[in-house]
Amino acid sequence: MTSILFIVFLPLLAAIVAGFANKSFGTVLPKVVTTGALFLSAILSWTVFIPYLGGGEATVTPVLDWIHSGDMRIDWALRVDSLTAVMLVVITSVSALVHLYSWGYMDEDPDQPRFFAYLSLFTFAMLMLVTADNLVQMFFGWEGVGLASYLLIGFWFRKPTANAAAIKAFVVNRVGDLGFMLGIFGTYLVFNTISIPEILRLAPGMAGSTIGFVGYRIDTMTLLCLLLFVGAMGKSAQLGLHTWLPDAMEGPTPVSALIHAATMVTAGVFMVCRLSPMFETSPFALTVVTTVGAATCLFAATVALVQTDIKRVIAYSTCSQLGYMFFAAGSGAYGAAMFHLFTHAFFKALLFLGAGSVIHAMHHEQDMRYYGGLRKSIPWTFWGMMMGTLAITGVGIPGVIEGLPAIGFAGFHSKDAIIEASWASGQHGASIVGMIVALLTSFYSWRLMFLTFWGKPRWAQSEHIQHALHDAHEHGNHALDDHSHHGASHDGTGGYHPHESPLPILLPLILLSIGAIAAGFVFHGYFIEPEAGERYWRGAIAFREHLMHEMHAVPLGVKLSATIAMLTGLFGAYIFYIRSPQAPVKLAETYRPIYLWLLNKWYFDELYNLLFVKPAFALGRLFWHRGDEQTIDRFGPNGVAWVVAQNARVAGKIQSGYVYTYAFVMLLGLTGAVTWAITR
Amino acid sequence: MTGVPLLSIMLAVPAIAAVACLFTTAQNARWIALIATLVDFVLGIALWSQFDIGGPQWQFVENAGSLGVFGWKLGIDGFALMLVMLSVFLMPICIGASWVAVTSRVQEYMAAFLFTEMLMIGTFTAQDLFLFYIFFEAGLIPMYLIIGIWGGANRIYASYKFFLYTLLGSVLMLVAMLWMANFAGTSDIPTLLNTDFPVKVQTWLWLAFFASFAVKMPMWPFHTWLPDAHVQAPTAGSVILAGVLLKLGGYGFLRFSLPMFPEASAQLSWLILGLSAVAVIYTSLVALVQSDMKKLIAYSSVAHMAIVTIGLFAFNRQGIEGAMIVMLSHGLVSAALFLCVGVIYDRLHTREISRYGGLAINMPKYAVLFMLFTMASVGLPGTSGFVGEFLSLAGTYRVSTTITLLCTTGIILGAAYMLYLYRRVVFGEIVHDDVRTMPDLSLREVALLAPIAAVVLWMGVYPESFLAPMRGDVGTLEARIARAAPSGDSLPTMGKAVALPAHHAEAHP
Repeated sequence: MTSILFIVFLPLLAAIVAGFANKSFGTVLPKVVTTGALFLSAILSWTVFIPYLGGGEATVTPVLDWIHSGDMRIDWALRVDSLTAVMLVVITSVSALVHLYSWGYMDEDPDQPRFFAYLSLFTFAMLMLVTADNLVQMFFGWEGVGLASYLLIGFWFRKPTANAAAIKAFVVNRVGDLGFMLGIFGTYLVFNTISIPEILRLAPGMAGSTIGFVGYRIDTMTLLCLLLFVGAMGKSAQLGLHTWLPDAMEGPTPVSALIHAATMVTAGVFMVCRLSPMFETSPFALTVVTTVGAATCLFAATVALVQTDIKRVIAYSTCSQLGYMFFAAGSGAYGAAMFHLFTHAFFKALLFLGAGSVIHAMHHEQDMRYYGGLRKSIPWTFWGMMMGTLAITGVGIPGVIEGLPAIGFAGFHSKDAIIEASWASGQHGASIVGMIVALLTSFYSWRLMFLTFWGKPRWAQSEHIQHALHDAHEHGNHALDDHSHHGASHDGTGGYHPHESPLPILLPLILLSIGAIAAGFVFHGYFIEPEAGERYWRGAIAFREHLMHEMHAVPLGVKLSATIAMLTGLFGAYIFYIRSPQAPVKLAETYRPIYLWLLNKWYFDELYNLLFVKPAFALGRLFWHRGDEQTIDRFGPNGVAWVVAQNARVAGKIQSGYVYTYAFVMLLGLTGAVTWAITR
Repeated sequence: MTGVPLLSIMLAVPAIAAVACLFTTAQNARWIALIATLVDFVLGIALWSQFDIGGPQWQFVENAGSLGVFGWKLGIDGFALMLVMLSVFLMPICIGASWVAVTSRVQEYMAAFLFTEMLMIGTFTAQDLFLFYIFFEAGLIPMYLIIGIWGGANRIYASYKFFLYTLLGSVLMLVAMLWMANFAGTSDIPTLLNTDFPVKVQTWLWLAFFASFAVKMPMWPFHTWLPDAHVQAPTAGSVILAGVLLKLGGYGFLRFSLPMFPEASAQLSWLILGLSAVAVIYTSLVALVQSDMKKLIAYSSVAHMAIVTIGLFAFNRQGIEGAMIVMLSHGLVSAALFLCVGVIYDRLHTREISRYGGLAINMPKYAVLFMLFTMASVGLPGTSGFVGEFLSLAGTYRVSTTITLLCTTGIILGAAYMLYLYRRVVFGEIVHDDVRTMPDLSLREVALLAPIAAVVLWMGVYPESFLAPMRGDVGTLEARIARAAPSGDSLPTMGKAVALPAHHAEAHP
């Protein structure tokens, strides 16, 4: 398996070349190198993935020794099995397309080489994460993607908000990493190894054991799973550690698509699936995973309902979809979780890139209140986003009619599977949350579509658009000038003409649309069907075959629920945003506290600021002034100086120079030593 | 072994060069210092390449016989080798960093650095208790002068503090050493390492050594001399202070406290672990609110050194190896960070964070290297910082989950204060006009920082090169202290091997 070496290290090599070349050979070379490497890597990934569909064994390619300390042996190695193979195609395909997309999207940016180098570096780190054979290499990838994410969120480093968001992302993720690290330490303590296959082999034997932790005694496997899960919560932005994800939208939109939708944020889900045999030994840990997943799923969807920034809506949507994946995993349907991860990568990347295309056309305006009626001006983007919306809302025909298989867009297959599997596993609560969120998802997704592409243009009020027009004026653009005279006051366009994005932007949209349409139907067999799934996964995840059987036997209401929810959400959005656009305004006024609560994202940021950020700075100042200066120094060195100053005679000696005193004391000591040596 | 007294030569080269510096012009002194330190570095490489990994514990042993009071006995094991390498690697960089920044009394300045180098190497290679003591204590005199003469505005107070703390510890240590030599009838360190002191006395001896090493580390609450010393010291002074002098404390614990007083170490490990946990949280929070770059990095040093002490007193291999790697890594990374501060201090003559901002715009090379060292300080995997921190904390987990939990918060706080610093200095718009005119790194500055960057990545990706020479010595130390090793608070019970849930059985009919 040498191709895995190329898949993983080509992006690294490209990042290094692009980073060092920077602008010295123009911007084209770094772009060609990185994009070329990624497409190569993506093609190789598919050639690795496809054979696994027929069943393939895991392979491990050793690379280099890393840390050897006693019986702790950590090596660089690349593990490929069916689980990794899925991630390989997701990561490299989306990354390649995002690289291509950035040719168009970042065209005017002077720092393009740096951008492309970061993107490729990210891809490398993500690939290291998913090919990890041991927990520490996984942690390497985990932190590597964190670094790339930090660098890319703060890519426009002149913007204070981007810098703040970058730090927030890194630090909040580190809170999760605290759990991850303790989890690794605990795992090593219990199993004396950090090799993942070894741990998974030994884990069932430790079921029922107890262990001490911070003065408490708890179930060993529960402790280990929960500590590791804290790491997953951080990276996958689950409730409590989610606050960084919406802010991460400060980064350029291709970054949001690649890192904060399709790949990095799914690392937590990947981790739980990778370690699923371990989680299977702790029902309590699984319950926690389910609960956190369902809570996040619901929370994020409610917030997405009222956001006006197009990227933030999609960001909360991502958060919510990740919740789906977690409660699927928590219900034991790891195949369904991975399936949703897979389909989500396509349609969410599509939605983000589509949003980027809209933003591009609307001169950096991100507020949907200033969109409207864009359907005709940017038809390719519109249809791309349409496919994404049809996929995320789960449009399809449920398989309740005899003889007709279930068929629909990508999200239809995976979301239905999650709702049904969680019901079948007895997690009815989570399943019902899943149904409710399906409705909310449909509502906010269509709201986004209707606000953006339907209705009358509301562009004229946008500051960004006004800037664009102003610039056009100054450059003496008469063609535009003419239009603005008769357009401004009547149709809300302000005389602005959005243009469809160039081919490098549209091509990824088209390709991802294919994924959003077909990924579910084509691959559902391998991921979730009992026999095909068992053959495909081959123990790469804890595949509960019987659960996949039972999934088909859930009540008819459950099977239809997602579709009904989808239609209800669509209808609601239609009423609110097409039929009577005044309705949402009135509703928001009537229930203002609830509206504000949602708009302010349940006040998590304010709460954390009050509980953690401010006290940290206050304590820092307290320790510094009250602790170091007024206590330690006061009674320490300054106190001594004071005592000395009280005694002028001694002071005189001291003033003659500490060095001499010091040398004197040393000499005195040595004299003592000599005396002892002679007299002994 | 070629029979060439390599260690003595490594001591002699800087000593002779230091004397030569005093009797020549400023420019000549610079060149003499650079060449002498480079020669020592080359000798260091020879030392490392000839070091027999897996061979005898003590290598390159020289014994010039007794000089009346003590013996001129030198020799190194893996620990000493690594710390000698760190010293000889950083020294030429220090000279390079002072090349243009120091203009007054250059001859004495260079001599002081060369003496420091000699004394540091002496400390790590001495095999006689009193020889060690002389090197250990005398090493502070040139440092004291460097701060006191070439330091900043408030240098007298800083050197006073530096001096007072160190004095306190050293007197007690000397008394303890005298008692030990009297008891064992020898001042030979390898012999003392295998001497079993009475358990009751061990506690007193341990405390006496602790007084000295805790100050040198520095451990909380004996740390307040460090921020002042760093702030006032010239750049190269900070580099050597953080890079090598701070390692004396850790080396002391490793060489003396643990193997000579294992029982006392175990009894008092709660003290070390407790103070370290406090240090991590306390000094990290203090670092967060600093407005002076050097003070910030100084406080972060205290937090990092706490990871060394918990690793050492974890009484197991991961902890000790981790502690050593943290020492080496911190030696490189903090040295590099102080150099990074020095680079911009040389341009704008202020350490105030708020006076900078937007450096990424006109100093991109600087931004890249500073980012690398920031990440290494934060402990990003792939850099040296991670390897040490990970091993040390993993070792500590076996002893105390509570202490590990508290100390691991350092990874969050460390990220917060370092990234906050980086953001304020490097990111954002340029708001001060003088910042706009700052040129990017010169070739000399790149030549100072790039080698450190290379080693930081090397140690992060392939730490085996650095772990291998110490492996045998860690084994020896582990065996020596095993009898006192604490049991830890995890104590997992055996699994009940319960029947797996039914569906697993069903899956394979």
